[in-house]
This record gives sequence, C-alpha cells and structure tokens, in this order.
Amino acid sequence: MAFLFNQFVTGLASASSLFLAACGLSIIFGVSRIVNFSHGAFYMLGAYVAFTLSEHLAGALGFWSAIALSALIVAALGAVVEIVLLRRVYAAHELLQLLLTFGVTLVVEDVVVLIWGPSDLLGPRAPGFKGALNLFGQPFPTYDLLLIALGPLTLIVIQLLLRRTHWGVLVRAATQDREMVAALGVNQQWLFTSVFTLGIFLAAFGGALELPREAVSHTMDLQIITEVLVVVVIGGLGNVLGTFLAAIIVSELNAFGILIFPKISIVLVFLVMAIVLVVRPWGLLGRPEAASRAASGLQVMRWSPLSVRGRLVLAAGIVAAALLPLIAGNYALTVASEVLIFMLFAASLHLLVGAGGLVSFGHSAYFGLGAYGAALTLKHFGMTAGLAIGPCAGLVSALIFGWFCVRLSGVYFAMLTLAFAQIVWSIAFQWTDVTGGDNGLIGIWPSAWAASAAHFYWLTLALVVLGIAALRVILFSPFGYALRALRDSELRAEAIGLSRHRIQWMAFAAAGTFAALAGALHAFLKGSVFPDDLGIPLSIDALAMVLLGGAGTVSGGVVGAALYKTFSIWVIGETDYSKLVIGTLIIVLVSAFPQGVLGALAAWRNRSSTGERKDLALGEAR
Amino acid sequence: MKTISTILTGVTLAATLAGASVPTFAADTIKIGDINSYSGLPSFTEPYRKGWQLALEEINAAGGVNGKKLEVISKDDGGKPADAVTAANELVANDGVVMLVGTFFSNIGLAVSDFANQKKTFFLASEPLTDAITWSKGNRYTFRLRPPNYVQAAMLAEEAAKLPAKKWATIAPNYEYGQSAVAVFKKLLSAKRPDIQWVGEQWPPQGKIDAGAVVAAIAETQPDAILNVTFGPDLVKLVREGNTRGLFKGRTVVSFLTGEPEYLDPLKDETPEGWIVTGYPWDGVKIPEHAAFLKAYQAKYNDYPRMGSVVGYATLKSAAAILAKAKSTDSEKLVDAAEGLGTETPFGKITFRKADHQSTLGTFVGKTALKDGKGVLTDVIYRDGAKYLPPESEVTALRPQN
Repeated sequence: MAFLFNQFVTGLASASSLFLAACGLSIIFGVSRIVNFSHGAFYMLGAYVAFTLSEHLAGALGFWSAIALSALIVAALGAVVEIVLLRRVYAAHELLQLLLTFGVTLVVEDVVVLIWGPSDLLGPRAPGFKGALNLFGQPFPTYDLLLIALGPLTLIVIQLLLRRTHWGVLVRAATQDREMVAALGVNQQWLFTSVFTLGIFLAAFGGALELPREAVSHTMDLQIITEVLVVVVIGGLGNVLGTFLAAIIVSELNAFGILIFPKISIVLVFLVMAIVLVVRPWGLLGRPEAASRAASGLQVMRWSPLSVRGRLVLAAGIVAAALLPLIAGNYALTVASEVLIFMLFAASLHLLVGAGGLVSFGHSAYFGLGAYGAALTLKHFGMTAGLAIGPCAGLVSALIFGWFCVRLSGVYFAMLTLAFAQIVWSIAFQWTDVTGGDNGLIGIWPSAWAASAAHFYWLTLALVVLGIAALRVILFSPFGYALRALRDSELRAEAIGLSRHRIQWMAFAAAGTFAALAGALHAFLKGSVFPDDLGIPLSIDALAMVLLGGAGTVSGGVVGAALYKTFSIWVIGETDYSKLVIGTLIIVLVSAFPQGVLGALAAWRNRSSTGERKDLALGEAR
Repeated sequence: MKTISTILTGVTLAATLAGASVPTFAADTIKIGDINSYSGLPSFTEPYRKGWQLALEEINAAGGVNGKKLEVISKDDGGKPADAVTAANELVANDGVVMLVGTFFSNIGLAVSDFANQKKTFFLASEPLTDAITWSKGNRYTFRLRPPNYVQAAMLAEEAAKLPAKKWATIAPNYEYGQSAVAVFKKLLSAKRPDIQWVGEQWPPQGKIDAGAVVAAIAETQPDAILNVTFGPDLVKLVREGNTRGLFKGRTVVSFLTGEPEYLDPLKDETPEGWIVTGYPWDGVKIPEHAAFLKAYQAKYNDYPRMGSVVGYATLKSAAAILAKAKSTDSEKLVDAAEGLGTETPFGKITFRKADHQSTLGTFVGKTALKDGKGVLTDVIYRDGAKYLPPESEVTALRPQN
C-alpha cells in the first residue's frame, strides 16, 4: 500500500515536471495557433543556461537566481525569434510556423554542442532539496515534493493571468477570434510577442528545473518535444488545465503501467493520445476550433494542368533523366534514385497537405510499412512481389488509420496521424522476431536484373514517373476538385453533396499507397529497413519538402523534395554541422519565400507577365 | 513547365554535386573511408576522431603503409542507417576508398556491414556492440574491433557469480542492445549460479527514462543485486534518483560500460561507489603500449583519452596492419590478410579471429569509487577478450552458412 502511494506521488512529480515543460506550448498554441516545434529546444537552452549560471552563482540564492535568470534570458531570446522570424510568416500557411520553428530547433541542437561541448553536464542539486524524506516507510526525494507543488502553482498563476488581468482578457479574446480583436484596435503583434515570450519563459523554466534531476545534454529537446506536444493535444489545445490533467494521466499511467508491463513506456503516450482523440476529437477539455473569419493563411492559387508546351518539355525532361546513366557514375545514380524516391514520397504527402488541406505528421508510417512490406515479401517471393505488396501494405493501413483520422481536423488530425505512426513504429521496434527490432532487416537487395545502379535507377525513374503522373491525374480529376473544394470551404462543398469523410478517406488511402511505393523502392535502394523509416523525423522531413516547394502549388512536393533531399545529402557529406546548415537554410527559405519556392516563382511570373502587382491570392501555379 | 525544368535542375545538380565524374585514384595514397555518428553522438565520436587522427599522424610519420601515405575520408551518418549507406556508397563509388571503418550504433554497423557484403568491400566495424555483426549476421567482408555484448556480459557475469546475491533485478534500455545484454548476462549467470532468482526488470525507452518510477519499481522487488545497462543521460538520471531514494544502499550493482570516461565523468560527485563495471581507467592502465599512446595523445590534444579515443586509434592502427600484411588494396586479399592477423593496440596485442572476424580486444573490469569529487575505477583488471569469446570451433555454427 505504502509502495503504491509512493508510486502515485512519484507519478505526480513526473506529471508536474511534464506540465511545466508543456504549459508554455499550450499557451502559445492557444493564441497564435503556432505548433511551436522549437519548444523543446528552448527547454534545453533553459537547462544549459541555468547550468552555466549555477557554476558562477554560489549558494542557495545563487542556485535559484540561476534558474530564474536562465528562464528570463531564454525568454528574451524567444522574443527575438518571434519578432525577427515568426512575425514574417503569420500571414502565410499555418504550417510554415511549424517549419520555421523546426529550423530553429535544428540550429539550436548544433549550437549547444558548439558552445557547451559534446559531453553530458551534471548540474548541482537544489540547495535545501538534496535528500529524501520518509513517506510511509518509503524514501521520497524532497525535490520531487517541490516539483509537485510548483506544477499546480504555475497552473494557478497562469489561470490568474489569463482570467484576472487585462492582458489575459485580450489573450483569451484573441484565442477565440483573432480578427475581431484586431478590428477592435488591439495591437495583435505585441500580444503575440508577449504570449510567445511567456511560453518560452515557461519552457526554459521547465528545462532549468530539471537541472537537479538529470544530465544536461544536446538530446534533451528530442526527449521532451513529442511528449509535450502529445500532452498538450490530449488536454485540448490552448487549454492549460487540460494540459495539466493530461500530464497527470500520462505520468500516472506510466508509473503504474511499468509495474505490470515494464516495456510499456515506449508507446504509452501515443496509445493514450490515439484513444483520447478517437473518443474526444478535440482532446479532454478542448473545444472545436473556431473557423477563422477570413481564410487567413490560406493562399488559394488556381491550379491548372500542363499546357501542350509544358507536356512536351516534361517529356523531354523525362527522356533527359532516362539518359542520366550514360554520363553519371554509380554514386550519382544512387543519389538520383534516392532523390526520385523522395519526390514521390513528398508528392504523396502533397496530395494530403496541398490538395486536401490535411496536415499529416505521420506520413512516414506508410513509407515505412511499404518498406517493411516489401522487405518481408522479398524473403519468400522475390523483389517484384515486394514492390507490389509494399504499396498494398500502405493502402490497407492507410484505409484503417485514415478512417479514424478523417473524423478529426486541423492539428488533431495531424496528431492522430502521428499517434498511429508512433504505434506502428513501436511495433516495428519491439517485434524483434519479425521486424528485427531496431537492428532492422538487412540484405534487402534488388534481384539481379535490377541490381546495377543504372538498372535500379531506371526502375525507380519509371515507377516514380508513373506514380507522380497518377497523383497528378488524381489532382485534376473530379475527385481532386472535390478534395480541393473541401479544403477551401467545407460547408459549401458539403452543401453541394460532397461527402467530406469519404473523399478525404480516399485521398488518405491514395497518399498512403504512393508513400508505401516510395518506401518499398527505398528498402531496395538501401538494402535494409529500419524503424527509422517509420519515425517522426522522416515525417517532418517530408513536410519540410512540401512546404519548401510550396504547398499551394501543384508540384510543390516534387520540387521541394528534389531541392531538400539533394541539399541534405550533400551537406551531411560535407560537414558534421549539417543540422546547423539545414536549419539555417530552412529559416532563410521560409522567411524569404513563405509560399514556397514554386509559389514564389509563380507569383513572380504573374507579376512580371501582367506588368503590375497582381494579388498573390489569384496567382496561377503549376 | 518551370516545375519540370526545376526538377531536372535538381537531379542534374544532384549528379554534379555527387561528382558524376569517374572516380580518380591518386597513386601515392591509400584511402580509407570512415563513417561515424559525428553529429549524433559527439561525446563518443569527438574522442574517436582524435584517436584515429593521432594514429594517422603516427602511421604517416613512419612512412605510411606499403610505401604510400594513408588518407582518411571521414563522413557523418547523422545517426541514421540510411544516411550511413549513402555515405558508404559515396566513399566506395566516388572517393575510391579501399576499405570502410567506423560506426557506433549497432543498426548502423549492421547496415554498413550488409552494404560491404553486397559490394564486396572490406569493413572494419569499430564500435557497434551487437553480437549479430560477427555472428548471426556475420559476413566475409566484415570484421569487428570492440568486444561484443556477449564478452562484456561474460566478464560481468563472472564477477556477479562471486557475489552472495541471490535475487537479481535488471534495468536496461528498451532496444536490441539492452535486450541482448540482459539476455546474455542472465543466461551466463544462471548457468553458473542455478540458485539465482530474477525478481524484477525495467525497460525504460532509450533517452526517456522516468527515473523516479523505475527506481521505485525496482526497489519494490527487493533485489540483492541489480544489473544496469543504461548509459548516457539515462544513467545520470537513474543514478541521481537511485542515490536519493537509497536504491543502491546495501545492494551491489553490476553495470555495462559505466566505467568508460564518456559515461563515468558526467556523474561527478554523484558517482555511486562499489559498482562492478566494464570501462576504461585511462590513468590507471599498466599496459606498456598504453603508456606511449597516453603520452602521445596528451601531447597532441592536451586532454585525456576517452574510450572513443582508444577505439579510434586502434581502428586505424588495425586497418594499417591489415593493409601492410595484404600488400594490396584488393578486398579479397584484405579479408585473407585480416583473418588471424595479430596487431598492437593500446591494450596490448589483439588478434582478429579467423572463424568469426571478431578481434580479441578486451576491456577493463573494476569497481567505481569516488575520489576528489570525481568517479574513478579501482581494483581494475584488464580482461582479454580471447578468454571470454566462445571458442572458434563453436562460433562457425553461429554464422550464416554460405
């Protein structure tokens, strides 16, 4: 009994620590709708800065001022990021903020290693909270008690700030109706800056408070970011109390879950999120997102199929690509194959994000299932069967997961796709007998007829061209128009008899199938499959490709993938600080071309062809 | 239309960047390709790089190999197997390296070893610990330097069997490394001591340990002794929480790798005393070859070597010895030369076994202690890997039969 109580209180301490890390994210999302991917990075910075300060400030006062000062310093940095970077993209696609903060994360990850070195750092214990006290015969750390108190305290302070101050009233008003608040003469810009700064302050505070508990290392951000995102979503976006509840539920389930299933931690939060979202589509305490008054952020471009001249050029391009093996060496051909594979993968995601307006954070699930499907088939039935079965695996799983996902919308949709992807990932990770666990499946090499780099390149080119062509046919079919109609105005589309669930479900299945084809090709290209092929980083990479190319254009995914993949392969080969370089590039590109590279090209062309500044929203894109 | 030309530009760019031209082989150098997780795991790979750079300098100062200078082309794999395969491909197809060395993570080591097998390229895996790389997934072209999981488990199980403890609990990261470490340790210890009971196990996800809950759950099973396989930030959290909650009081802990400076040093004054660990006491090694290495390393870098430094140094020295014996850069001749090759390392002489391509490099087993606010190892003994590996006559059966 005493033990169970102790475990319960231990769970509360973990919950508090998780809540402190997550509440800032919830506040930022509630107001500015930014999915702040860099939250973990600021959390980590908070811990690093607090570590350095605690080295210089002695005594109890020194320690606590190090924590507070660290949060303030990092918050100031957050304010600068908001003012310099995020402000530039508020008007653009909501996802660009995610991409931008992803870029910031990449940069921070390398910068902390450059500043603080590669070793894990051990901060001091908190003065006055070093030991344990006796809790019904069980030792319990006093610092955990402090955390248990700090969590609810922070919650109360936030609630008071939001409920009882003028600033809080404005923030809540902005949460409900941004345009109205702006129309009433409130300076939204500073409101957003203050909210973002507060959120970052809390992130850094949460990170700094971990100083006495764990090692400060450059992987802290990755350890925390998915967890806090999940907690915020389970609680209901923008609802701080919901976040608190979710943190308690997740932590307690973990504390008791590991007593019965010691291996449960790896998948627990995602299971909880999947169940919660299926039962309550807006999280525990969340409410349906109010539709934005003006279609803010949505840049509707007219999409048109290629002209005759365009088709000729395209055909010439494909012929030229087919001739590449005549001049290129083996390595160049494998790189080209990889780039082609990612073009197809990004194009499949683009069907969801660009045409469907459905943002998936878990598209890698279908890529990876295609890869695993192909690899497992290969062992018994050979490569051709693998290339056929892989996409089928993607289709079937996308039909199953998609059925649940399309019932949701916005970030909840995205997070449910993420939950399914992570569940699949953990199955691949754990089911060692079939998937090889994290050691993966190796020896997945193509059959003799496709073994040479040139042959495999031709095979890839053929399948990728067919795949992308099929996706374009879908885009310009009546089905594709229906999908875009649902994206642009769900109410009107449904009023003319389009069934949202059915159409988006079919799009989800199609996207999953083509992603799986890309995954199957990728397995044979690399000769191996690993749980990485199902992982979050791959999903984020694919989103980055689509957005950098331009989600609002027809070929954004394809072009974005070509640029992003080529560049990242090259950079990783050139420097150990590839994250710094790629992160900076993402930041620059997103700031310079919020509508993506292709979108910017289209806008520029329209402007120059008409000789006057045409409204960007009417730009034509191909 | 613009789209298409952009795509083509992209592809062409890819080809150009990748160096579409025919690989050029400079006649006066021998190129070795190195792949490691430089960006993903700098705490190990920074010392690793310093280690091989020192070895490279020494080899070339002594006139190189077979009259040619050695050149190392080093690539980052970003911690991802797929990127490691790309890097391996570039090194082999573009840069014209004669062999591949390196890698840290087991899955990356396996991916590269499979690539090496497919392309018939020599690969010396330096760090990955999984038993599979030389046994169940072993192949002709892959050799491995570091003692595998099995050997570390055997060394620790030998010590563990001497303890009076009967009730054991395990804490290990929930992935292949942790799983196989626990499995082998359990098997070997239970074989020596049938009276032992396994009373509890915890499998926190790598990098995400909920230390409080894990420590309390283990304490509740009231073990006499604990096996730990966590390392890095997880280990720090576990140790801190365990110290506070008195988990280690009156219990012996047996722990993988904790004595390596990479993992021991961050523990500073929280280092728990009396843990039986494998590791590398850089200032307490009595082996003569090590003294020369230590002196040269400290002179060059003004820093002490970590485990990674030794691995990097021994990797390149072994590679040079293999090239020298083969008197050729042909993969088949390199494999033939490496089989049964004896060579010098900072830990003394090692042999690459013919049967499973595993080197007999050993490691140190000792006890942790606290000295001047820092973790140190005491009662350290070097354990030769040859004594703990299964005999060559047995391992052949473990490898795939071609």
